[in-house]
Amino acid sequence: MATTAKDLSYERPEDSWLSRLFDNKAFLIIVCMIPAVGLLGVFLSYPLGLGIWLAFTDTRIGQTGAFIGLENYQWLWNDPIFWMSVGNTLLYTIVATIGKFALGLWLALLLNNHLPFKSLLRAIILIPWIVPTVLSAIAFWWIYDPQFSIISYVLVDKLGILDTYINFLGEPWNARWSLIAANIWRGIPFVAICLLAGLQTISPSLYEAAMLDGASPWQRFVHVTFPMLMPILAVVLTFSVIFTFTDFQLVYAITRGGPVNSTHLMATLAFQRGIPGGMLGEGAAIAVAMIPFLVGATIFSYFALARRKWQQGGADD
Amino acid sequence: MPLRLTRRDSMILGAGALAGTALGGPVGLRAQIPVAEATPPDLPIEDGASLTLLRPTKFVATDEEIWLANTRKFTEVTGVPVKVEFEGWEDIPTKTAVAANVGSGPDVVIGFADNPFLYKDKLHDLSDITAYLGAKYGGWWPLAERYGTDPDTGKWIAMPVGASGGRIVYRKSMIEAAGFSEVPTDVDGFLEMSTALQANGTPMGLALGNAPGDGNAWTHWLVWAHGGKMADDDNNLIINSPETIAGLEYGKKLFETFIPGTLSWLDANNNKAFLAGEISLTQNGISVYYAAKTSEDAKIKEMAEDIYHARMPVGPVGIPTERCLVFNSMIFQHTPYPNAAKAYLMFMMESDQYAEWLEKGIGYFNHPLQAYDASPVWTNDPKHEAYKHVMKDAVWDGYSGRLGPQSAATLADFIMVQMVASVCSGQATAEEAAAEAQRRASRYYR
Repeated sequence: MATTAKDLSYERPEDSWLSRLFDNKAFLIIVCMIPAVGLLGVFLSYPLGLGIWLAFTDTRIGQTGAFIGLENYQWLWNDPIFWMSVGNTLLYTIVATIGKFALGLWLALLLNNHLPFKSLLRAIILIPWIVPTVLSAIAFWWIYDPQFSIISYVLVDKLGILDTYINFLGEPWNARWSLIAANIWRGIPFVAICLLAGLQTISPSLYEAAMLDGASPWQRFVHVTFPMLMPILAVVLTFSVIFTFTDFQLVYAITRGGPVNSTHLMATLAFQRGIPGGMLGEGAAIAVAMIPFLVGATIFSYFALARRKWQQGGADD
Repeated sequence: MPLRLTRRDSMILGAGALAGTALGGPVGLRAQIPVAEATPPDLPIEDGASLTLLRPTKFVATDEEIWLANTRKFTEVTGVPVKVEFEGWEDIPTKTAVAANVGSGPDVVIGFADNPFLYKDKLHDLSDITAYLGAKYGGWWPLAERYGTDPDTGKWIAMPVGASGGRIVYRKSMIEAAGFSEVPTDVDGFLEMSTALQANGTPMGLALGNAPGDGNAWTHWLVWAHGGKMADDDNNLIINSPETIAGLEYGKKLFETFIPGTLSWLDANNNKAFLAGEISLTQNGISVYYAAKTSEDAKIKEMAEDIYHARMPVGPVGIPTERCLVFNSMIFQHTPYPNAAKAYLMFMMESDQYAEWLEKGIGYFNHPLQAYDASPVWTNDPKHEAYKHVMKDAVWDGYSGRLGPQSAATLADFIMVQMVASVCSGQATAEEAAAEAQRRASRYYR
């Protein structure tokens, strides 16, 4: 029996509304983005937005506040303690970052050589970064103790170089430098390991070519290592600046902002005023005042990252 | 207060120290607390009631142990399960504020000092249980009443369960070596002794860092002793006054005799320095003595013999001006079981429970109810005596203004501590420091 094409053909069943919906590109895009948008919205945008809103109110813990416009900022503008915290934060960030990068780069260069027990050494280097900050803060709290400092003990009792114990945390400038030193100690491993990773991506042929051209070690560093390291340096620098700028634990655990507020960073002052002090609005305003600095650091990173082009043979812009 | 003992009580006491252990502990202790006849309020416990309590974590081990044992007793008697959550001291105010704001969370909270005044509209009236306890146990100390009642309505919005206070902790041998048989009771004599101690190479040390406990305690004493106050009776800010400046000038002289480094001292530093024999005198709770007495280190244990306590000297105002930290309990209106919650707090304050908690805490906590003056804790070791009237004699936060968000915030912002520290460190003159304190506090007292 002959069959015709007509008999074989069958009508494709009509798509259900569900499958049509899932074939819709716009719908799919929205569905796939909802989890990410939801997470960002709930855990990032909402708290950030709430923080910015609180900064315009006189909210206290336990009481809803009223909108007061820029009053919090006006108060802070005339508050010498706030300006001292801004100065401290900038000093802390700039000096600690320079310190971390100088020492971190140096350490990375050393570790990039062929050393015995290389992997073990690299693992050991990470310890300060792995130890919880609060624990290292407590260790430094003892190191800087006015009565029990190991440094003072060695200098005074053992070597006899000094007559009196060093007042590490009782003098404003001593306290600032002590905290910066603790922060550098803690931050070096992050910088060193990241830069070491960067160093290992540099092709040895570049060094061979430079050597054939008769470049000295310093010239090889300046003209090969440093430019090739630039992109990763920029990223690490940005992260490091952000971490340092927003540091809280070290300062809070070691000095609580003392003596007489002289070591408050913006983050610790925001917490101090907002949570123990109960002035949520003012605390939020201090935290919001940190945003321009952080945005600046991020923009810096964006432009620095753009320099990648020349690595792929493009023009340096 | 004289003891009123029944024949049965005397017999138990006659068993001596054994009463404390062999007869099941609390019986012997309870017996010594004089009680008056009083009828407890009728609190029919709700069906299916269960409670959650949020309270500060222990500072002396016995606090937690006995508190939990007493809570279990409450559950046995009433059938109401109670979950006790211990929280770090610094987190208590925040967690309580969140509970108040969102209207859920713990049913009962033991917070600090003026915390309840921040959300008084959300708390149950405790006047019935406080009236009963007051009548039964010889009345509340006026300070307890101040921390418990809302001045606008006279209702009890909170109930102090105890307080911790700072007293002078000193090494007797060291002050004797400096030519003093005891700690002078006036500020001039105190300065003289402090100068002599320094000359002798055994200086004293008081915390001047942002130390919430010890820093606030002695700097408030200093300013109050000279007549300075944060606020007047009408809650107007008056910290920038000649009296405050006089206090600051005295403080600077005293500071010059301290061991170096106290500007960075936090709450634990003076304990460490004292137990290491670096300082001869400091101000602290009884915990230093407790630590020495119970230490496993023979040398430190020996030091306990030499540790004595004294009251802070009285300044030109002529009355004691020590500060104390009140542990203040409250019941939130969001609890579905207010009667069970009240019954629980009342139960914990009854002598069957409270007497043991007080005694085993060796005076770290001080009682808000006057009858507990008769607790053996204040007499079984003469060194506890200085802490006997922490609550009776203390001055309240924000003195002589009102308790509330203003007093809480100025305290939390270390305004008093930093005013004193800036003068001591030479960063500011007494006049400048008082003016700066006024400027900062005006933010809270507007």
